[in-house]
Amino acid sequence: MEAPVTPLSLSIRGLRKSFGNVVAVDGIDVGASNGECLGLLGPNGAGKTTTIEICEGLTRPDAGEVELLGLSWRHNADELRQRIGIQLQETQFSDKLTVEETLRLFRSFYRSGPSVFDLIAAVRLEEKRAARVMGLSGGQKQRLALACALAGNPDLLFLDEPTTGLDPQARRQVWELVAQLKHSGRTIILTTHYMEEAERLCDRVAIIDHGRIMALGTPRELIASIGIGHVVEFAFNGVTGPLELSTLAALEGVRGAHAENGLYRLSVSELHRSVPALFEHLAGQGIELSELRTHSPTLEDVFVALTGRRLRDE
Amino acid sequence: MSSLRSPEDAFGMNESMKATAVNGVPQSGEGIAGRSLVQLTMVRFREFWREPEAVFWVFVFPVLLTGGLGIAFRNQPAEVLKVGAVEATVSAALSREKRLSVQIMDRSTGETGLSTGRIALLVLPGEEGVVYRYDDTNPEARTARLLVDRALQRAAGAADLVQTSDDIVREPGSRYIDFVVPGLLGMNLMGSGIWGLGFAVVDARRKKLLKRLVASPMRRWEYLLSFLLSRLVLLSFEVAALVGFAVWIFHVPLRGSVGELALLCLVASLMFSALGLLIASRAQTIEAASGLMNFVMLPMWILSGVFFSAERFPESVLPFIRALPLTAVIDTLRANMLQGTPLAGMFWPLAIITAWGLLSFFVALRIFRWR
Ligand SMILES: Nc1ncnc2c1ncn2[C@@H]1O[C@H](COP(=O)(O)OP(=O)(O)OP(=O)(O)O)[C@@H](O)[C@H]1O
Ligand SMILES: [Mg+2]
Repeated sequence: MEAPVTPLSLSIRGLRKSFGNVVAVDGIDVGASNGECLGLLGPNGAGKTTTIEICEGLTRPDAGEVELLGLSWRHNADELRQRIGIQLQETQFSDKLTVEETLRLFRSFYRSGPSVFDLIAAVRLEEKRAARVMGLSGGQKQRLALACALAGNPDLLFLDEPTTGLDPQARRQVWELVAQLKHSGRTIILTTHYMEEAERLCDRVAIIDHGRIMALGTPRELIASIGIGHVVEFAFNGVTGPLELSTLAALEGVRGAHAENGLYRLSVSELHRSVPALFEHLAGQGIELSELRTHSPTLEDVFVALTGRRLRDE
Repeated sequence: MSSLRSPEDAFGMNESMKATAVNGVPQSGEGIAGRSLVQLTMVRFREFWREPEAVFWVFVFPVLLTGGLGIAFRNQPAEVLKVGAVEATVSAALSREKRLSVQIMDRSTGETGLSTGRIALLVLPGEEGVVYRYDDTNPEARTARLLVDRALQRAAGAADLVQTSDDIVREPGSRYIDFVVPGLLGMNLMGSGIWGLGFAVVDARRKKLLKRLVASPMRRWEYLLSFLLSRLVLLSFEVAALVGFAVWIFHVPLRGSVGELALLCLVASLMFSALGLLIASRAQTIEAASGLMNFVMLPMWILSGVFFSAERFPESVLPFIRALPLTAVIDTLRANMLQGTPLAGMFWPLAIITAWGLLSFFVALRIFRWR
């Protein structure tokens, strides 16, 4: 990783946190430079929320240092709360208040920031201004949470799974908003378990598993780092027992093989050699393919290459 | 930085905002309405008014209950007592007494009437004179016995030796409704204090809203104070509705100073709010909180003398009952409304109320869970 050219908005060093005998964060070091969008990508229970809540001053770490905007929670807690924006993984706002009333409340906590109307406009909730929170859709609630995070016009934003549970359309709307926030020069720390989200929004991605950073870099760097050109996925019909993974991995141009629920996944460097070799191998055993896909590797494949597991089963 | 800003940046004011932050000039937001304490308190009101059940329990239910009890236990005009007689001569003698209604019946009908409560007393022929058959534990029957006896003696020629006449007074202040209204008022203060605060806090904690709020620059004491402020306003309506109704419809007396009564209600309400805060200080679910609330309130509904005097319980448990917060509150309310006692005359109950309030508040602050 190259040294940051801009000053760091966030720096985390040697962070550790356990709950009883569950180690949630097991030594995390990462920084985000001014205006950068840093993604924490990892499966359930990886320690993303714990890490981000330590940064937000909600959880005290067992060990390690966190510095935000050059300030620390120990000495500048009040100032920090004014200057960061927060969206928690799960917050339900009061059902009986309207969108406008909720925002008016949050806006009143900050000494400066945009007007309530600008906040509503920023998340495109103009039509729902006078609607009770109870009647909002999941995506609209998430946008309201985003507006609350913006109430103090923060330099540094923490978004914990901003799109989990949303349908694709609502997800895309939130992505657009986050992209805009990034363009306005804010530093954004975002957790997700959607690799597509991380690829689209994040300048750099930290892949986290079991409380540790497995890899850190731009999406492109990470994908290049696993050294595979393509991924081939296939499944087949019939009574044939499971295929030997080691045999598959030994096929020409194949770098690795995984299987999950009858779906085989080969990492290959050269598609034009590996696919014919695979056909030949399957034909030799009298196997009929029911499914065959190839795609360029994604962050998901990086995660599989690093951990042997998939990010999430959907 | 402006080169980074996209044209659609909906704030369009990043530059100026950051400039004010640098200069340390606080942006004077939207006047007093923009103050967080005002906003927090308004949220309390909105949440209350938009919950029809809460409005019902706090305002309508106590008035309905007072009305119901007032009607059920109203003092009725002296009743005409029904008695039975086997002999026509006796019946004729009794029919001259206005407060009795007499019926001729045979012995067995009379006995059935007695056992079913249709008549209060049966006059039977005796070996010499008459026999009164009645239940001496029944006050009505005892009254009937006196009336019947006098009527029969007079009919037989007995004369009054002393000249008497009646001067009837029906004084407010000693009726059941007078007794029960301060009790209901105390019960209402307890319910709205404990429920009003407890449910709102636990609900916010359950929704992780509390966590979200403490992650913002909101001052925690303002959050708690907003509950007390809203309580203060709702309290004045709540007390005015119940006391006003009782005074207007049932002429319940207000013998003490009304200002002191208001102060007593305020102190009681603050104390119950502190108790509510304590109950809600750690509970994570509404179920756990309502279980705790019922556990705390149920004994007081029964023991603290809302519907009947707490002094009826055995001597050995009385010190414990007197130390309950609701008992102390109801004692002060009754002393003020019915006896006109000034504050100076209620040292002990006031000390008990203050102790409960302060103790609950400080323990709650220590153990309160914000997330
Ligand atoms: N308050 C807590 N008490 C006990 N264990 C906890 C607590 N918070 C988190 N954990 C444990 O720490 C681990 C990391 O949790 P964390 O919430 O940080 O994961 P995550 O990456 O955010 O997962 P998800 O994608 O499901 O949100 C998990 O095993 C979780 O069970
Ligand atoms: Mg999480």
